[in-house]
Amino acid sequence: MDFTFTDDQLSFREAVSRFLMTEAAPEMLREIWETDPGRSPALRGKLAAQGLTALSVPEDCGGLGMDDVAWALMSQELGYYAIPDSLADAAYVAAGLIASLPAGCAGREDWLARIADGSARVAVGHAVNPLVADAQSADLLLLPHGDEVHLVPRALVDVIANPSIDLSRRLSRVMWEPSSATVAASGEAGRRLWADTLNRGVLAVAGQLLGLAQRMLDLSVDYAAQRKQFGKPIGSFQAVKHHLADVATRIEFAKPVLYRAAHALAHGRADADVHASHAKLACGEAAWLAARHGIQVHGAMGYTWEVDLQMFMKRTWALDAAWGDRGFHKSRVADAVLADGAELGPGHTFKE
Amino acid sequence: MDLAYTPKQKAFRAEVRDWLARNLPRHPLASYDTREGFEQHRDWERRLFESRLSMVMWPEELGGRGCDLIEWLIFEEEYYGAGAPMRVNQNGQLLLGPTLMEFGTEAQKRRFLPRMAASDDMWAQGWSEPNAGSDMAAITSRAILSDDGSHYVLNGQKTWSTRAIFADWLFGLFRSEPGSTRHHGLSYLLVPLNAPGVTIRPILALNGKQAFAEIFLDDVKVPVDNRIGDEGQGWHVAMATAGFERGLLLRSPARFQATARKLVELYKANRASADRDPGLREAVCEAWMGAEAYALSAYHTVGRLAKGARIGAEASTNKIVWSELDLKMHETAMRILGARGELLADAPDAGSDAAGWLDGFLFAQAGPIYAGTNEIQRNIIAERMLGLPKS
Repeated sequence: MDFTFTDDQLSFREAVSRFLMTEAAPEMLREIWETDPGRSPALRGKLAAQGLTALSVPEDCGGLGMDDVAWALMSQELGYYAIPDSLADAAYVAAGLIASLPAGCAGREDWLARIADGSARVAVGHAVNPLVADAQSADLLLLPHGDEVHLVPRALVDVIANPSIDLSRRLSRVMWEPSSATVAASGEAGRRLWADTLNRGVLAVAGQLLGLAQRMLDLSVDYAAQRKQFGKPIGSFQAVKHHLADVATRIEFAKPVLYRAAHALAHGRADADVHASHAKLACGEAAWLAARHGIQVHGAMGYTWEVDLQMFMKRTWALDAAWGDRGFHKSRVADAVLADGAELGPGHTFKE
Repeated sequence: MDLAYTPKQKAFRAEVRDWLARNLPRHPLASYDTREGFEQHRDWERRLFESRLSMVMWPEELGGRGCDLIEWLIFEEEYYGAGAPMRVNQNGQLLLGPTLMEFGTEAQKRRFLPRMAASDDMWAQGWSEPNAGSDMAAITSRAILSDDGSHYVLNGQKTWSTRAIFADWLFGLFRSEPGSTRHHGLSYLLVPLNAPGVTIRPILALNGKQAFAEIFLDDVKVPVDNRIGDEGQGWHVAMATAGFERGLLLRSPARFQATARKLVELYKANRASADRDPGLREAVCEAWMGAEAYALSAYHTVGRLAKGARIGAEASTNKIVWSELDLKMHETAMRILGARGELLADAPDAGSDAAGWLDGFLFAQAGPIYAGTNEIQRNIIAERMLGLPKS
């Protein structure tokens, strides 16, 4: 029993963090907002050069073969820096689905190699999301038709953009016609693929929300320590302290929920659904509170376009309902907890 | 990350489970806030001790088994999962015990720890005073060293001392350097409660029982051998036992997971009426999630400790989480019980599913107050974990 990360996993996270600190600074986010696609080929190139696009591509397809547990750390960094790139969709969620296809199916190896080297952008549609993120700039779309999984080249779909409050989100309605030429899986196999894909999408978002929460907390602590009123830093007042202490507490207790869910998914456990939903709720609530208390602590400055807090708040509000809104996840938790014969209570945290 | 238990851990779990199945009291013990219940709980502690299960993490020579923290979590899961009695001597075993191990002389350890593990000695805590609550450094009770240096003479008043009226010993902080202020000049002393000059007056708690007491000290003589650590170093001694250990050991996740499970059962048994309040189903699910999160956090923290990590002020998050979770779960139970919620356990129409909830609800009110109020914990988190400036 060891519910911790290895030193390798932790130092990898450190390296990613250091890289994004310089390559995904808030000023750069603002610059990319102003561009039409909202995506930067230069940034994607740097991410690929760091090997981040190859993380969960299997080793025999040119990737690093990292699992969901590694992504639980990685996704927090993506959230912390609110990168204006759908890296997790392609390198984690889509790569996971494509890697699960049978060898040789639907160009599996080619697409994985292209994800790994950063030359392919892949968008993922799922029944739980009414719109598809990054469909416009994608080379390939993974789309559901009932239980069927379709790998659809961008040329075969029409998209209508739906602007989001988060200028780094690029959402589209996608119109397409399913055909036998694009189907890669169906029936029970398709159902299983979509179920795993859903959980990966959920965890990718949960990790980002947790990273966003930490970033908003850090920004708020910095602001409260330097902003003075009544002759003292506002961070010396208990009312302000307690807001931020509550955020820190939520973050601390959401982390291990995310990690357990990632482990359940990595090991194909039957209870991965409930753990993923629990993780999304815990991380989402931490981020939501960090945004609310963050803007409160920033005062009127928090309501401005100028202060960086806005980009992290908006990403939080946007992702809170991505890959299943709270109602969806609360229902999944309730179904598991209230089921007849549910194994609950002490000694059932880590089931054999 | 390896979330499987080792064969040794599984065997330990099986042994504890089997022992509890064979030894659990057939009938619930009386409340340990009564003389009768207190002694019943002491007898139960002795049975645990005879099987080396009262303090599983303590070394064998002190009456324990030398278990690691994971095994301790397993023990707690089995213990609270089986609905075993509350631990009546926890304040001594978990607050004083680790301090003695770290700062006590060999003679002090041999003298006090095995008897503490066996509950031959029951311990009450002597921190708070009428004017030193959240501001514990405002302690004024004095301990003046005798001219021959053989003993201290204690004068003053301690209060909120849990079950002190039934206990044998008191551990606490006293001002041993005349004229000293705040954290300086305090000494950590162990005081036999049958010493001349000790007067214990019970305080009736919310449940009408003598759950705690105030203790008056009038020229009470305490040998210097009863001092833990150096004179004047009491504050350091009391605080050195990591806050994490105090927070987590005192309230292991298993206890709250057991409450969450019971809450799910209560909700299911009363679903027709409960679902008229759309918030209850969500509150029940949140209870399960909260208890799970606390358990997961404990395993994560324990694993990090085993790898040599040091846990600092983030320990204060534990106290906030378990106390507020416990309160929320009991509030939810009261809402599910509706008009039956107010009925005492022996009320003829209370219903068997109501058992324990009202008592637990009353006790849960104290959670955010004792062991450092949650306001104090939030200050600690803000100042020491987040680095915000002091008030």
